[in-house]
Amino acid sequence: MSDLALDITLTVNGETVTERVEARKTLVDFLREDLGLTGSHVGCEHGVCGSCTVRVNGEIVRGCLMLAVQCDGAKVETIEGLSDSGEVADLQAAFEQRNALQCGYCTPGMIAAAQDLLLQAKERGGVPSRDQIRSHLSGNYCRCTGYHAIVDAVESVAQARAGGKP
Amino acid sequence: MKPAPFAYKKVRTLEEAVALLAEHKDARLLAGGQSLIATLNMRLSAPSLLIDINGIGGLDGIAHKSGTVEIGALVRHAQAERSETIAKHAPLIARALPHIGHAAIRNRGTLGGSIAFADPAAELPACLMALDGEVDVTGPKGKRTVEAPDFFKGLFETALGPQDVLTAIRVPAASKDSRVGFAELARRHGDYAIVGLAACARADGKGNNSRLADVRLAFFGVGATPLRAKKAEAALAEGNVDAAVAALDLDPQDDVQATAAVKKHLAGMLLRRVAKQLMEARA
Repeated sequence: MSDLALDITLTVNGETVTERVEARKTLVDFLREDLGLTGSHVGCEHGVCGSCTVRVNGEIVRGCLMLAVQCDGAKVETIEGLSDSGEVADLQAAFEQRNALQCGYCTPGMIAAAQDLLLQAKERGGVPSRDQIRSHLSGNYCRCTGYHAIVDAVESVAQARAGGKP
Repeated sequence: MKPAPFAYKKVRTLEEAVALLAEHKDARLLAGGQSLIATLNMRLSAPSLLIDINGIGGLDGIAHKSGTVEIGALVRHAQAERSETIAKHAPLIARALPHIGHAAIRNRGTLGGSIAFADPAAELPACLMALDGEVDVTGPKGKRTVEAPDFFKGLFETALGPQDVLTAIRVPAASKDSRVGFAELARRHGDYAIVGLAACARADGKGNNSRLADVRLAFFGVGATPLRAKKAEAALAEGNVDAAVAALDLDPQDDVQATAAVKKHLAGMLLRRVAKQLMEARA
């Protein structure tokens, strides 16, 4: 029969991890509490704020709306992985330059969601419009910046990656 | 908050899921989890067992066959958004999909889950009503098909029994004469609608003489289930948008988002927008 806790094996930021987890544990709590990866934040815990955004099998998800046990066999990437690999270095620099963060609580989720949009844009070719940037980041709350600086930062990286002005 | 403890079982077949539902009266099915896990986190729901159906094969297909579009219950919103079959043959659903949640939610959420959950302010149940679609269900007595008007029974209440699994939804494929319209108002893009409208019709005649026939307007966010506005449908088929707005037979209740009067007003505004979409020739 099923159990209250299960053994799972998954890849987190390129490293294979095997842990026994409670079935009720969300992915983001597993990452933070069991693996010590506290870059992913826990905000609303019901899928509204986006601060727990992580990548599972290449797609962004809400870390609070997926259970750790559902990630058995999955490839999970957190802000720590995206940061260490250099994949989002230009986004991080642009956020800093444009003051696209103040308290920084939403930033890991914001960067993960922005990178998702930029990867999609690269696949399609072209630079996302400010409206498309706003739409793609609509699931990520920021209570400090008023979003303009975030949209500026993402737009500048989108243009730079497409070979336009930095 | 954190969920109360529950057991978890990933099943590989429908039969296994149905049998486990029989064995555990308070078990819940886990598909995309984008509503269920939120309610677990808030302890609005505390099942003893979650039955994960994501491993059941054959429930994630999208097929255009014999005049219908069949969408497997486990098709994710993002997958449906990328589907050429849905864009071409189920344009109303294609128009509704970008309004559902946010990118991260659409990557996980399933079409079957949205229909089975039957949130009164959700987009897809209204699309199913507007298109006069149907739902495939597998339960202890085998398979059956339920038509949309019989499926949505009340607030979060559907024709699904405690041991039933929704396996697919089916809508008529659009033809050359099909016209669809969709609009909603939400406080933030991707949030549940304050009021929304999914509509379809058939263009009767050509060019400037074109009229609308078989108008079907399904409003959401204005009642316990998606609601057809039949008097307004008849007026719109006569070509009179003002009369259709005046005839809007809706009786919304106040909720946290808006008063009944505001909702009624917004419903009229949406009807004007959607009427314009319906009258435009299909690109």
